Amino acid sequence: MTEEPAQPSRQWLLTLPSLVWLAVFFVIPAILVIVTAFRPADLQGGVGAGWTLATLREVQDPAYLPILWRTIWVSGLTTLVCLALALPMAFQMARVGERMRQVLLLLIVIPFLSNFLIRIFAWKSLLHPEGPLTKLLIGLHLIPENAVLLNHAGTVLLVLVYTQLPFAILPLYAAAEKFDFGLLDAARDLGAGPWRAFSKVFVPGVRRGIISAAVMVFVCCLGQYVIPQMVGGTSDEMLGSKIAQRVFSDRNLPHASALAGGLMLAVLVPMLVVVIWQRLSRKEAA
Amino acid sequence: MDDFLVIDHVSKSFGTQRAVDDVSLTVAKGEAFSLLGPSGCGKTTLLRMIAGFERPDGGRILVSGQDITALPPELRPVNTVFQNYALFPHLSVWENIAFGLRMSRRPREEIRSGVDRMLELVRLSEHSRKRPAQLSGGQRQRVAIARALVNRPQVLLLDEPLAALDLKLRQHMLMELNTIHEQVGTTFIYVTHDQGEAMSLSDRIAVMNAGKVEQVDTPEHLYETPRSSFVATFIGDANFFTGVAVELQHEGYVRVMIDGLGSPLVLSNGAVTSNQTLRLMVRPEKISLTLKRPPSGERVNAFPGIVEDIAYFGSHTRYRIRAGEHSILAQLQRSRFSGGEIDPVRGAEVWMSFHPDEGRVVRLEAAA
Repeated sequence: MTEEPAQPSRQWLLTLPSLVWLAVFFVIPAILVIVTAFRPADLQGGVGAGWTLATLREVQDPAYLPILWRTIWVSGLTTLVCLALALPMAFQMARVGERMRQVLLLLIVIPFLSNFLIRIFAWKSLLHPEGPLTKLLIGLHLIPENAVLLNHAGTVLLVLVYTQLPFAILPLYAAAEKFDFGLLDAARDLGAGPWRAFSKVFVPGVRRGIISAAVMVFVCCLGQYVIPQMVGGTSDEMLGSKIAQRVFSDRNLPHASALAGGLMLAVLVPMLVVVIWQRLSRKEAA
Repeated sequence: MDDFLVIDHVSKSFGTQRAVDDVSLTVAKGEAFSLLGPSGCGKTTLLRMIAGFERPDGGRILVSGQDITALPPELRPVNTVFQNYALFPHLSVWENIAFGLRMSRRPREEIRSGVDRMLELVRLSEHSRKRPAQLSGGQRQRVAIARALVNRPQVLLLDEPLAALDLKLRQHMLMELNTIHEQVGTTFIYVTHDQGEAMSLSDRIAVMNAGKVEQVDTPEHLYETPRSSFVATFIGDANFFTGVAVELQHEGYVRVMIDGLGSPLVLSNGAVTSNQTLRLMVRPEKISLTLKRPPSGERVNAFPGIVEDIAYFGSHTRYRIRAGEHSILAQLQRSRFSGGEIDPVRGAEVWMSFHPDEGRVVRLEAAA
């Protein structure tokens, strides 16, 4: 398979709009955030003049470590659960007929038509001790009478998965749609059962979709602060909550910037590793 | 004949469409067998039922005595070479071939030796580390064959194995497939719409049409004694005439009166009664053209006609001859031995002649 290599100068021209978009809405704000981390805070909640490293020393507070750790593992677990649910969903969506596919896509997108906060509130009332779901589950003897569904780590995970699942399904579906399902016949023909055909042929076949979905879900989770705050308990804070606190209650922008910068590094470094690893493996295949 | 692969009254419908309609076939061990027919004749559905991708609505499929009708594809002693090869793009050539052995959890050493042996058979040892995307069409196909054969299937199914290749490569792979078949001795079932492919690859061919098997025979018999006009037209070209049996002869010949042409003597090819309406078939290359009337005799059928059209193909030339309402195709090869006559030109008056053995009754119409 040969791809026509486009002229380098024209390639640049074609990517220019997206490069400008990235620069204006990502690179410049990110630099501003990092720069702010090196400024002193002033008493009005703004940014003072001059430069300082004091904020960097402050955020090395060991109290942040468990929060950072929790942020990463909750995000990681959410990503895994989302992938586990989205893979079979994407698989089915790519196999069903055109009409059914439209219906399923619509069903996935419909929640976005209502406000994010309202959907979280809906979960809150659903899971409330006096809420309908709790009562139903107790009525069916599926959970003990004194069970609390709200305000613990499991609730955070549940609601995070709920909000992030579409972002896992859509890229996976895009990859699955291009997948040649004849390969599954070939795998079955060669002695693989349905499950092994799925895991040995379909999953590697939508590898790129899995990577995009994982990055999408993981990164979105890292920045979450509304969900842990609204449905989580006091010990379920994520780093996002701390950043929000620094901005809205402490009005210490440099401190918030330093935390945000640290989180950004925690995200970017693993992503860079993945990208470089992919490049290397692609070169090896060539 | 030992019945190695048995297809026993198999039917399959999709909606109201009967894709395969009560088909029964037997294939011998080690045979190269083709399912030949136009697209939509049910040959691919039949293949997919043998492979296990479709369940028959009725009937049974047996391989060496074992009923495999209800088995899923992974449990059948059958492997397939898919039309587009369906190689796993994320695996190397070596891993593609090893896939089946890994699925059946063979020991590491057996996998290694099995794959290496197959790579040698299809002469791809030096490409073992490449990905399918880096191979040419012919190489991909050889990988697909190796990937299927490494599992030592009892039956190898090949779905349009040459369709995706260009002409030169196709001729080459044709030879290659025959060689591989001879070397491994596995039963090969080809599915193809290309009669030339089927003729040169197979010991026997089942010609399918509209979900039914029209005729199962050796390539030679199919060509020389087609039982229906469908088979006659699908395998090679044919001229058809409708006439009435006027004179039965004792040695299995019959004289047929054809309106506007004459009364040729042809092989009767089965029971024919006097005054019966018949359909005759004569292959274009069996008709010879002469400018002068050939010496008349009992054994010569000769009719005058006018050359209407000439098409030159290099290896042969085709002439369309008009004789009354009939338009007849004749095909000549030019060689010194074919006679010193000058070539007929357009508009020339010529004589068409053929031997009684070359004209055949293909279908008996209901007695008029």
